[in-house]
Amino acid sequence: MSHAADNSAVPRGGDAAPAPAASAAVEAVALHVSRGRTRILRGVDFTIKRGRVTGLLGPSGSGKTTLMRTIVGVQRITGGSLRVLGRPAGERSLRHDVGYVTQAPSVYGDLSVDANVRYFGAMHGATAADTAEAIAAVGLGPFAGQKTADLSGGQSSRVSLACALVAHPQLLLLDEPTVGLDPVLRAELWQRFAAMAEAGTTLLVSGHVMEEASHCSSLLLLRDGLLLAQLTPGELAERGRSSDLERAFLRIIEEGTAGPDPGPAAQRGAPR
Amino acid sequence: MNPRMMLATTVRVLEQLRHDHRSVALILVVPALLLAVVYFLFENETLPPGAPRTFDRVGLTMLAIFPFVVMFLVTSVTMLRERTSGTLERLLTTPLHKADLLFGYAAAFSIMAALQSIVATAVAYWIFGLEIQGAAGLVVMIAVLNGVLGVALGLLCSAFARTEFQAVQFMPVVVVPQILLCGLFVAREQMNGFLEAVSDVLPLTFSVDALQEIAANADATTALWQDAGIMAAFVVGVLVLASLTLRRQTS
Repeated sequence: MSHAADNSAVPRGGDAAPAPAASAAVEAVALHVSRGRTRILRGVDFTIKRGRVTGLLGPSGSGKTTLMRTIVGVQRITGGSLRVLGRPAGERSLRHDVGYVTQAPSVYGDLSVDANVRYFGAMHGATAADTAEAIAAVGLGPFAGQKTADLSGGQSSRVSLACALVAHPQLLLLDEPTVGLDPVLRAELWQRFAAMAEAGTTLLVSGHVMEEASHCSSLLLLRDGLLLAQLTPGELAERGRSSDLERAFLRIIEEGTAGPDPGPAAQRGAPR
Repeated sequence: MNPRMMLATTVRVLEQLRHDHRSVALILVVPALLLAVVYFLFENETLPPGAPRTFDRVGLTMLAIFPFVVMFLVTSVTMLRERTSGTLERLLTTPLHKADLLFGYAAAFSIMAALQSIVATAVAYWIFGLEIQGAAGLVVMIAVLNGVLGVALGLLCSAFARTEFQAVQFMPVVVVPQILLCGLFVAREQMNGFLEAVSDVLPLTFSVDALQEIAANADATTALWQDAGIMAAFVVGVLVLASLTLRRQTS
């Protein structure tokens, strides 16, 4: 299905996707991604359900950010297939529907909070009310007029989040969104993510703070470019034989130490 | 192209500049100060009766060179920042079209170029008594075209720099040869064949040519419009090249 060049008329949250894919926001089959000569993702299969918060966990260097960039469409696929909201990853019409918040805040330090959110909102036809709403959603209402560079690290990463929220994306990818936030703010953000999922937004959140894994309805465990497992937090605790998700995760990661390249058929096998 | 996104980009770039009072002041005031230096440099020259002052020729050319140099520097650093801060990659994940971004930039900085050249031209005319045949408005027009040319080249060059330090180093590579060969120091007919051939294809040459047309004729000549047209074509060509350096996907 080809989309009209200008989709500003298509209502956001509209169900442009064909019926069979309606339940899956992201579907990866034998996904391979290389950057230069380095193979980052080496045959990954998974499905992310719509309207849920999915966690993407793994040690640093495991390929989390590359996977997110591939879903957004800024990283080319070397093999396999990746469908996002029922369309091939990187398709033009997806730019309206997929939001991405990078690990380091990508905002203009020399602009005010309001000007940043307004500018990114302009790409999606957002109104002044949308801008104010997005700023309030990340708790920066009182700072709207301040220069972003003058804010704290945690505050500027929330500006970056607001710049994604203003577009009301159907799929929101967040690369370690809670790093550098105090526990109170972190709890608030997770509440917001849950509310967004409730309202139909699909979220994929990466991180390595395990206490946060419990907020997700599904977890993708990534290691060395391979998917160790896709499971719920409950299953993680069970399989890792610990109610402490941190410990359970470590155990699975250690036991999951596979050979250098088990091949695409093996990566789904659950470590015993 | 989407006018709304382009306009939003122009407003955003101007807003960024507005917060930077020092840069705005430098952009507006420095050309006037340098003109003063040129004026006093030739203050004591002895001229045969009826000959035009050197200031009328050099000062006029400077009016076109300032916006070119300044806009090249400002743009290449701003665009490089956009690339390194991650905002460019983020923008390219939105529906923003590359042309909206580049033309948005070009529009914002041409407004700055216009302000700059209005100040510099006013100073040249009213304080230093610049005497030419043609209209001041045409001088400003050529100066703005030069500013836009600087913007376009800056956008392109920023793609080949990894740091702001490298971006600034492109000035001697891209800008200085054009200044040397544009006919300001040595009339182009007196250059050796090779240098003249090179100067024939450098965009700044056409603006100096255009300014000489304005200086010598009371009304706009066909040659002037030709020069302006060629410069505009250069600008569009360089902007197209710059858009090719903006890639939405990395491999």
